[in-house]
Amino acid sequence: MAVRDGAAFDVGVDTSAVAPVRRRRVGGLFIASLIWIALVALGAIFADLLPIPSPTDMDMLGKRALPSAEHWLGNDVLGRDVFSRLIYGGRISLTVGLLAPVLGVTIGGALGLLAGYFRGRLETFITGGVDVLLAFPPLVFALAVTAYLGQSIANITLVIGVLGIPAFTRVARAVTLSLSEREFVTAARALGATHSRIILRELLPNVALPLVAFFLLGVAVTIVVEGALSFLGLGVPPPAPSWGSMIGEGRESLDIAPWLAFLPALFMFLTVLAFNVVGDTLRALTDPRPGAL
Amino acid sequence: MARFIGRRLIYLLPVLLAVTLLTFLIASLLPGDLAVTILGDQATPEKVAALRAQMGLDLPLWQRYLLWLWDVLHGDLGRSFRTGETVLAAVSDRLPVSLELMVLAEVTALLIAIPLAILCAVKNGSATDRFLTGLAFGKLSLPPFMVAILLIYLFAVSLNLLPATGWVPLAEDPIANIRSFVLPALTLAIAEWPVLMRVLRSDMIATLQEDYIAMAKAKGLRPSRILLVHALKPSSLTLVTVTGINIGRLIGGTVIVESIFALPGIGRLLVGAIYARDFIILQGAVLFVAVGFVVVNFIVDMLYAVLDPRIRHGRA
Amino acid sequence: MSAAPILSIQGVSVTLPTPRGLLRAVDGVDLTLPAGRTLGVVGESGCGKTMLSRAILQLLPKRAALKGRVMFDGRDLASLPAEELRRLRGPELAVVFQDPMTSLNPVLTIGTQIIETLQAHLGLDAANATRRAIELLAEVGIPAPAQRLRQYPHQLSGGMRQRVAIAIALSCEPKLLIADEPTTALDVTVQAQILDLLAREQQRRHMAMILITHDLGVVAGRTDEVAVMYAGRVVERAPTPRLFRHMRMPYTEALLAAIPKLDSAPHTPLPAIGGRPPDPTRPLPGCSFAPRCKYADSVCGHTKPTLEDPEGAGALFACWHPLT
Repeated sequence: MAVRDGAAFDVGVDTSAVAPVRRRRVGGLFIASLIWIALVALGAIFADLLPIPSPTDMDMLGKRALPSAEHWLGNDVLGRDVFSRLIYGGRISLTVGLLAPVLGVTIGGALGLLAGYFRGRLETFITGGVDVLLAFPPLVFALAVTAYLGQSIANITLVIGVLGIPAFTRVARAVTLSLSEREFVTAARALGATHSRIILRELLPNVALPLVAFFLLGVAVTIVVEGALSFLGLGVPPPAPSWGSMIGEGRESLDIAPWLAFLPALFMFLTVLAFNVVGDTLRALTDPRPGAL
Repeated sequence: MARFIGRRLIYLLPVLLAVTLLTFLIASLLPGDLAVTILGDQATPEKVAALRAQMGLDLPLWQRYLLWLWDVLHGDLGRSFRTGETVLAAVSDRLPVSLELMVLAEVTALLIAIPLAILCAVKNGSATDRFLTGLAFGKLSLPPFMVAILLIYLFAVSLNLLPATGWVPLAEDPIANIRSFVLPALTLAIAEWPVLMRVLRSDMIATLQEDYIAMAKAKGLRPSRILLVHALKPSSLTLVTVTGINIGRLIGGTVIVESIFALPGIGRLLVGAIYARDFIILQGAVLFVAVGFVVVNFIVDMLYAVLDPRIRHGRA
Repeated sequence: MSAAPILSIQGVSVTLPTPRGLLRAVDGVDLTLPAGRTLGVVGESGCGKTMLSRAILQLLPKRAALKGRVMFDGRDLASLPAEELRRLRGPELAVVFQDPMTSLNPVLTIGTQIIETLQAHLGLDAANATRRAIELLAEVGIPAPAQRLRQYPHQLSGGMRQRVAIAIALSCEPKLLIADEPTTALDVTVQAQILDLLAREQQRRHMAMILITHDLGVVAGRTDEVAVMYAGRVVERAPTPRLFRHMRMPYTEALLAAIPKLDSAPHTPLPAIGGRPPDPTRPLPGCSFAPRCKYADSVCGHTKPTLEDPEGAGALFACWHPLT
């Protein structure tokens, strides 16, 4: 029984069985996210220059007013301009959203680097301390501390920043641990480099990239946490506009003016989503392990 | 097995102690005088001094901590100066409500996440998979309070199907009780299912590529059995872990959801205490929640061992 | 005695798309196996023998494409609906994989894994299935079988695990058993025991068996016929005694020479086959073995030899310059 010659075979095998698409479908989404973030940031920075009314001016006669030439998106339940509050709310969300993770990444990153580099008792001490913080349900922690310390933008930023430290410590430590094994660290040490030199010149640049990705994800989480606190009225103190507090206030009017709650919700959702997309894309690029997505 | 539990218990105690210390320290952050705050507009220098002596506020911090801890271990978490209710009574009254909410929420989240994860894992790479995964990712950007607003608008305001607030005890009217939990539990479930699904999906994709799945197919077992027994069980480990880790977010979410839907649980007690500036209740409630959180995570660790016999027998 | 073949592989090819090109794992293979007989399939890693077994079992990876027919008991497995195929597996067709540590589910007990097969196909109730499971474990030589049912795979030694896998495979009395490198992952001391077990069971049950291995020594004396594969094709096929006595393919000769022999002088270097198998994504125009063959000439490099039986002795080979 002869075997048919392989070359005579129809090699037009089903090409539908191609390797699965590995490109992530966030190419356009990534750009859109960056654009949105840029828009919100620009609005936040140049809010004072925009031709919009003050976010705290109350027009008692125009409560829950519909959009008009003067008030582009109408008024809220206290007669304040919705569009203006959205823009200024973005300023607050971005301020807290960016500053708090900065606190987390600098302290957490430093702690993680030191723990991963020096190992030993220092590492145990740092990871133990971080574990204690992790043992606390985060929102409860934030609520409790702001309750005792007092509500203010500074306090909220501080609390959320501190809450973010464990995550950054873990990332920094993990990356440092894996890097410390590599040759370039051993080489540097063999050349007589001091600890600080190794940490600053060799390790820090490599740790920085994954930390930036997590930083962006941290911004998303911070905006959400601040939003939740403000929603309950326990975050940014009134009358300062925050998307969270706008949603909370808009809740009263869900039956007659649902957009008062949905507009700030939309803004917050889009901003959080944008930071998540950008941060996740960066994380997938800098993290050698395949992402769970 | 006993040794395994014993080892973990030894680790548990210092964490619990640290949590109590942290709670105490947070409470001591209050600027100004606690006694003055409690007395409010009834504060006179004599009353303040008397209250301070009574509460031991003049003692050094570490002594106050130890005295407080001593009380706590004897079940005395303090008494509200406003309502006169003991913290312990307040907490234990409201605990069942919070537990019911958390259980319903997590079960609902699992009921959503597990079938979707299995579907995505089996159809890995298909359009269905990509759509659901993208949906899960997007959903992560919608925190519980936003979902709550959406659901309230949809079901309570527009369709008038379910109550937006209010709660009826289970013993009194089970149907009404469940009805009052539908929106809150659904809110939390919708907020949580993406996390669960993502992890289970990637775990199942890995499991489905294992040799023993090919073997199960070669044995001619039904696909349902292969998926639900052979594939799900090894992956369930990860599911338990992530559910356990999720408890933290769940507790935070419960606080928000109870406040929105006016459910008399511990979360609402906590937030209410903040509104009323009732710091004794607040401290007690925070301690309770934090300790509960640690204990639940500990139990999750134990469940880990039950599900993976390799860990139980000492090998990884 | 010519019984109708239980298995007839006709022109089977398996191709896989890879980033480097289309990979031809199996390239036009014909084989037949009469009922109750044993066929050995021998070849180096990557020669396509495992893919061939997956093709027979219809367990190819999702992206693989199968051409040709796999006739089992008169039915083409490749065109059977999934449910019918599922019912075949176990009672008619069974397999033992190479590594029992990965082919047994680590989080299910041994008992569960045997009993579920019995219940799925034989419809036994729990008590009967348990009894039968204990019997099966005893038959494959596992001591204290009743206790083993409650144990997990990691609690048994490698040899024990493979015995369990064999018990599972035999549990529904299959007509054909495919053993894919059943001893490669085991200690040398245990290998012979497992092979003897397989041979014994095969005789006892008049079961057809395909024994896949890279070691020519494994098939000697344990198989009725041997097929040697190289680069996705069968290059020699003959009844076992004839293959060993009078092999025709230089590749087979080289394989045999690579087996350490008991009676050679100590420290005799093993003649390894120089070179490496061809890249399966870039098939050669001529004989695939030509680059490594010491008898090769220009004809071998240009034209592919076909598998033929010029002497009509039931011994086929594909070579321009067969050994004499």
